[in-house]
Amino acid sequence: MFHARTIAVHAAAFGGGFVIMSLELLGGRVLAPWFGGSIHVWGSIITVFMVSLAAGYLIGGRLSLRRPSLDKLAGAFLCAALVLYPLVHLAEPAMRWIFDAIEDPRYGSLAASLVLFAPPTVLLGMISPYAVRLLVRNAPESGRVAGTLYFVSTLGSAAGTLGTSFYFVLWLRVDTILTALVAALVVLAAVAFAGARAP
Amino acid sequence: MTPLGRHGATAALFLCLAASVAATSADGRVIHREPSLYQTVLVTERGATVCLQFEARADVRNQSCVDRRRPRRMVLPYTRMLMGSLLLVPDPETILVIGLGGGVLPTAFAELLPDARIDVVEIDPVVVAVAERFFAFQATDRVRLFVSDARVFTRRARARERRYDLVVLDAFGSEYIPEHLMTVEYFRETRDLLTQRGVVAANTFEDSGLRDHESETWFQAFGPFIEFTRDVSLNRIVLASAAPFPDAATVAERARTWRRRMEPYGVSITDFPKTFDRRPRWDRAREALTDQYAPANLLRSPR
Repeated sequence: MFHARTIAVHAAAFGGGFVIMSLELLGGRVLAPWFGGSIHVWGSIITVFMVSLAAGYLIGGRLSLRRPSLDKLAGAFLCAALVLYPLVHLAEPAMRWIFDAIEDPRYGSLAASLVLFAPPTVLLGMISPYAVRLLVRNAPESGRVAGTLYFVSTLGSAAGTLGTSFYFVLWLRVDTILTALVAALVVLAAVAFAGARAP
Repeated sequence: MTPLGRHGATAALFLCLAASVAATSADGRVIHREPSLYQTVLVTERGATVCLQFEARADVRNQSCVDRRRPRRMVLPYTRMLMGSLLLVPDPETILVIGLGGGVLPTAFAELLPDARIDVVEIDPVVVAVAERFFAFQATDRVRLFVSDARVFTRRARARERRYDLVVLDAFGSEYIPEHLMTVEYFRETRDLLTQRGVVAANTFEDSGLRDHESETWFQAFGPFIEFTRDVSLNRIVLASAAPFPDAATVAERARTWRRRMEPYGVSITDFPKTFDRRPRWDRAREALTDQYAPANLLRSPR
């Protein structure tokens, strides 16, 4: 029941959910100095996260057809870490460029959200359907497996939301939190990698 | 993993901001209630006094009030205190007011300074509609209104090399502070909008754990600043400038010059310089707020 492999997959789902929502809340912080705190800035961020997750679900589902493995899941986390890290250094010049290029703050914030947050979010969206595939052994249990994974992943999202908005922004600089999220993604990759090799 | 579940928290944030409904209010009866994307805008009436509020809780302070019998008289102490900025820059030609409220400040500036050009920035279109309908605010050629986030407006104005002799920052509420408007970077961007003699006057608060952080933030952006408080109010006015402040004698002289003209507004301006604190004290070990570290609303909760 509590197989190391099962635990690794659930940890991946929880961590993925956590990072997605933490990143989304930080998105508001990152964009505000350039695009303000108007409702359309949140509209842009949420839209980009929704569309990116949708794309991630689709891609993750497709990829799960071809020799699914925990190693590949680890690879997705590593790629997410790789595309998230540049945010720490490139967000500022990217937003300056977009701010100068697009006058309307609605489309400016949408473009900035797309450039900054879509790549890691697509990759993190792939985790859920892929995780389902890794744990499902037969059709009758597929709903239960998926339900448990949704449960764990959404709890992770809740934890990421609460932790970021209540505590992290009070204790740490935005860039420090982003760097910690990158580190968390690397740790999750390591967990998946280790899970693949557990007895 | 459903979109709804994932975004429940974000949605809850908006609900908290957008949907506050209660039956009573601090002052008198509610004559108009209009929810906006940012807050619920209330207009209350008590006798001849009409006030604008952003929430209907009994402990929520008014944003803006007008006495219909004496429409010029500034009802709220903080609006009167903000007129103290004219002691540092007595004849501003260009003024930027951030936060419209009932439009009391831009209207007073427009009357007192007939040659001044005034730009007003307000994020919430519902506030604009309410100011026009209940507070007789009217944008003109000389008083221009921009519906925009102040940070975005400031960056654009800076890029277009607009400059102001006076910037009045009235965007901080007793309940909520837009956190991207209380950072060293934003204050510096505002300083860049000032002419050589330009002054920023900000309406802020005395009574919270935020005070020392905020003071350090002003200091890092402007260096020494003046803190202006009065017994009648919990508000704190920060007066900051890129230029050196005039000496006390000059300020007192200007106050005498303004005294007569300020009378219809109820502004006892000659009393003001007494509580201009040119060396405000705060705990300099407190971290300044920056775009990287801006938990203004979390810091203000009482310790």
